[in-house]
Amino acid sequence: MVTLGKRLRRWLAFAGLTALLVMTGCSREQIPVLNPQGPVAQKQYDLIMWSIALMTIVIVAVFALFTYVLIKYRAKPENEGYNPPDQHGSRLLETIWTLIPVIIVIALAIPTVKVTYDLEKPPSQHKEPVTIKVTSANWKWIFRYPEEGISTVNYVNIPADVPVKFELDAVGPMNSFWVPELGGQEYTMPDMEMAMWLEADKPGTYTGRSASYSGEHFTHMTFNVNAQSEKDYEKWVNKVKKTAPKQSEAEFRKLLEPGRVPEMTFSSYPKNADEIEVEKNREDGLDRYENRQGGHHEHQEHTGHMNHEGHQSH
Amino acid sequence: MNLFEFKMPEHFIIWNDPLIKGAWVSIILATLGIVFVLTYFKKWKWLWDEWLTTVDHKKIGIMYIIASLLMLFRGGADALLMRTQLAFPDMKFLNAQHYNEIFTTHGTLMILFMAMPFIIGMMNIAIPLQLGTRDVAFPYLNAMSFWLFFFGAMLFNISFVIGGSPDAGWTSYTPLAGSEYDPGPGQNYYLLALQIAGIGTLMTGVNFLVTIVKMRAPGMTLMRMPMFAWSTLITSVIIIFAFPVLTVALALMTFDRLFGTHFFTISGDGSPMMWANLFWVWGHPEVYIVILPAFGIFSEIISTFARKRLFGYNAMVYSMVAISALSFIVWLHHFFTMGNTPAINSFFSVSTMAIAIPTGVKLFNWLFTLYKGRIELKAPMLWAMGFIPTFLIGGVTGVMLALAPADYQYHNSYFLVSHFHYVLIGGTVFGMLAGMYYWWPKMFGHMLDERMGKWAFWLFTIGFNVCFFPQYPLGLMGMTRRMYTYPEGLGWDGLNLLSTIGAFMMGVGFLIIAYSIYWSARYGERDTTGDPWNGRTLEWATTSPAPVYNFAHIPKVEGQDAFWLMKQKRKKGKKEKTPELKRIHMPKDSGRPFVFSFFWFVAGFGFVFEWHLIGFAGLLGVLACMLLRSFEYDDHYYIEVDEIKRTEAAAGRL
Amino acid sequence: MATQNNHASTPLEYSTEEGRLKIFGFWVFLGAEIVLFATLFATYLTYQHATAGGPTPQDLFVVKDFMIETLLLLASSFTCGLAIYEMRRGNQKALLLWYIVTLLLGAGFLYFEIHEFFMYVTEEGATMQTSAFLSSFFVLLGTHGAHVTLGIFWIILLLIQLQKRGITPVTSRKLFVAGLYWHFLDVVWIFIYTLVYLMGVAG
Repeated sequence: MVTLGKRLRRWLAFAGLTALLVMTGCSREQIPVLNPQGPVAQKQYDLIMWSIALMTIVIVAVFALFTYVLIKYRAKPENEGYNPPDQHGSRLLETIWTLIPVIIVIALAIPTVKVTYDLEKPPSQHKEPVTIKVTSANWKWIFRYPEEGISTVNYVNIPADVPVKFELDAVGPMNSFWVPELGGQEYTMPDMEMAMWLEADKPGTYTGRSASYSGEHFTHMTFNVNAQSEKDYEKWVNKVKKTAPKQSEAEFRKLLEPGRVPEMTFSSYPKNADEIEVEKNREDGLDRYENRQGGHHEHQEHTGHMNHEGHQSH
Repeated sequence: MNLFEFKMPEHFIIWNDPLIKGAWVSIILATLGIVFVLTYFKKWKWLWDEWLTTVDHKKIGIMYIIASLLMLFRGGADALLMRTQLAFPDMKFLNAQHYNEIFTTHGTLMILFMAMPFIIGMMNIAIPLQLGTRDVAFPYLNAMSFWLFFFGAMLFNISFVIGGSPDAGWTSYTPLAGSEYDPGPGQNYYLLALQIAGIGTLMTGVNFLVTIVKMRAPGMTLMRMPMFAWSTLITSVIIIFAFPVLTVALALMTFDRLFGTHFFTISGDGSPMMWANLFWVWGHPEVYIVILPAFGIFSEIISTFARKRLFGYNAMVYSMVAISALSFIVWLHHFFTMGNTPAINSFFSVSTMAIAIPTGVKLFNWLFTLYKGRIELKAPMLWAMGFIPTFLIGGVTGVMLALAPADYQYHNSYFLVSHFHYVLIGGTVFGMLAGMYYWWPKMFGHMLDERMGKWAFWLFTIGFNVCFFPQYPLGLMGMTRRMYTYPEGLGWDGLNLLSTIGAFMMGVGFLIIAYSIYWSARYGERDTTGDPWNGRTLEWATTSPAPVYNFAHIPKVEGQDAFWLMKQKRKKGKKEKTPELKRIHMPKDSGRPFVFSFFWFVAGFGFVFEWHLIGFAGLLGVLACMLLRSFEYDDHYYIEVDEIKRTEAAAGRL
Repeated sequence: MATQNNHASTPLEYSTEEGRLKIFGFWVFLGAEIVLFATLFATYLTYQHATAGGPTPQDLFVVKDFMIETLLLLASSFTCGLAIYEMRRGNQKALLLWYIVTLLLGAGFLYFEIHEFFMYVTEEGATMQTSAFLSSFFVLLGTHGAHVTLGIFWIILLLIQLQKRGITPVTSRKLFVAGLYWHFLDVVWIFIYTLVYLMGVAG
């Protein structure tokens, strides 16, 4: 039974995916949600495909019934004078179409709950996980690697085939941290740290973006996730430690101000970075009259300055 | 807070964008045009006597529908601006700020100032007539509801030319919408305009609940009510339970912004997530507030045009009750991605999916109402038939979004955008247009042109699918909502262009509807029977348009589809005894609801710019109106038998 | 108009269709008010410990003060009930008298409440801007207090109408509805007393 169910699911998923690709005329690589590159995205992909399969059955069945009824019982000159019967309903039929959706909902609910719980755990057990802190600040992504003491901005490097725990936080408005090929998103919220697991199966570069609107330049909040082999990752870390500049507290504070910056790399970050973030968030709405006058102008200046600068240069 | 401070914002009059300059010019020209026409044709008194002071539910309904069509036009124009910007990669048609203001306005306008008044308009037109009664329970309150909505909408609409539009999204999550990151008056407009309109909506909920519970014609038990009346009853209950939450949420954010409280700020230990919770505790039931009446309208129309009794009446009622109950325990699915525990996400996933069960029951009951019917595809029925497949697609993608782990991939992407447009346009807008075509003869005494109606339907429906279906794959390709532009090379170009083409087709469809309204008023087929569709419910038992008192005699109801039963009886040659006419007790018109709401507008405008003196002065005006109302005892009059006889004779019913 | 009710079973305020509709409508409106206060309570309970280093409930609440407020408001609810009782008996003078007592008790409640807020602000520096706890405290109690204030002015207007017109189906309906409103505010206060004050001093 189990294998049959699984086989059925696979087959339906395959049929659904093919139909979708044909409809959009795109290659699979261009549809990151349907091109999972890690165990988290894979689990979500399986669930998505299972739901698409079930929903396709519903759509086909209802469309067929609808079309049949519409054609057969449409008013035509031939059926002029036909008096439709006075049907009140049918307990049997109504019970059937209450039960069918119940069964479908159960068929969806069980894997949903299972995957929801699964995603809380490291995606694979075989390796020691890496932790990376992610902070969104208008309109940039700041990554800190507490185990290495280094920091990058607007891109992140991770070792492939190793579970990565992203600890998410925001300074200012919320954003949503989304790397569709590696897995679904989670919000970055001020003063509320959250964690999300991701893992890349193999080396490669995956696009990430903010999925939650956060103001003027939110559209440009994209970043690359570069998955490297463990060896290359170590090499990269060492190189950063040796060659990249240190990040002063002043520089870090400046990053938290609204504006856009290119990709950046630092061999260190301030020890009190967390506290600075908290402090910065606590200014929000503290004294609105002062903020309104002072803060507003500063903000204008910043965005004006950054407006037409490219953001991809190193 | 300084009561006597009148600080001017940096830009009071917005004049920095060619589009907005164009808007200014057209606003001024339109205003001058209206003033000229009213003066030239000496219509000011007519406007005041017949419309601004009316408490007649039919006229209020008409005003609601006109207002929502205007808002549909503006919200649609916003949509076309956005689709133009997104037609090609790297377009420079709108800048980020302008785009952000437009999508915020579009969302807020379409839900609060288009969908809501449209459904309330339909309720006003149809409910008292369907129940066989002479007006709603509280006609004066009904006028207040309308004018509060109207002035709320006006307040929201002037924002883009005076002071600047809100730009934090219609969901207005803090801290983005807080005073730190959004200092301008735009967000205040959002808060206060919604507050004013929201109070009006709450009153509508109370009004229709009482009307339906207490004022049905004799013999009309609850289980004999038309399905639209049922949907309105359930909607009213949802409004009463949901709208106070919006009132509180808006008030708290207003306090945060105007008086420095800490409900949704990080400082002072407030919590931005609290806003998300309060907003969606209202926001999700709100979705059902705008969809259930559409379900009701479809039930009426499908049954009428299939010439068959509604299949499974009881199940239809129970499923709506179930949907309304579930609507209050699913709000968290709007933020599965905010780090909830797996237990919470699982619960809300399953409760959300469960909504598919009663909705599925309704769908099959509609299909089986059609089954063995004799389906006439007149314009209202076309919209109903367009609804079934469209809403089905919206519904199944809704189920897909309900799966929390899958939602992590769809959330805030164009997949979601497409989903909610499929249910809101395919459900609510189709429903309202269907209802508009259906009840138009009852409102104005003439039909909307059938041929233009078909053209509009096909253009709009095909355009709709061309516009929104490509957005499902766009979402899976990683395109997120509220992006104002996108680079080349992501494979998004073709689908976006297609989507824009579809949007313009919808626009053309809308223009045809607008033209057919004008054309039909002049040349359209007149409805002299009062029953142009061979209807089943009581609104078709009176003339088109209905006289001010609706029914000379209150009808007696003997079962579901009361008017159908009457017609069957008449066919069998049974003669009804007509009881003697009696004078009819009616509410007097009043200009106070208009003035009262205008004071709300003044108060709102004052608080938007934090000119507190004006704000409080406006509130004082509000209180003064309430005081005058309290001392008003002479607010009714009688229509005498002679006049009723004259009216009925003129309509050929005596 | 007759000050006495002809049908012993139906009170005067329910004797007309309009009266029945408006009373039922007001009940429905109170349903919405319950949701409104429930939301404010939920907000307060969420934030009751969010003091941001500012004063806590234990620092602020004085048992004697809120007991006086509670007693005044409860007593006013009782006298309001007596007023309606007298209205049903057609006794206009007693009706007026009991409503005036109700208003005085209500005004006394307001005096002590405003005094309490004033002390918080001047003595403890505890304002609406201090912390989320105080924001939600002041807005919850302020909303209730504003309702009481509005109720006092409203009932004064009704008493003027009563004096002008006597006990009629319309005035009796208005006074009855105002009575419902007043009792409702009392019920809300009982929740404030329990959830805010008692739980607050208990910690």
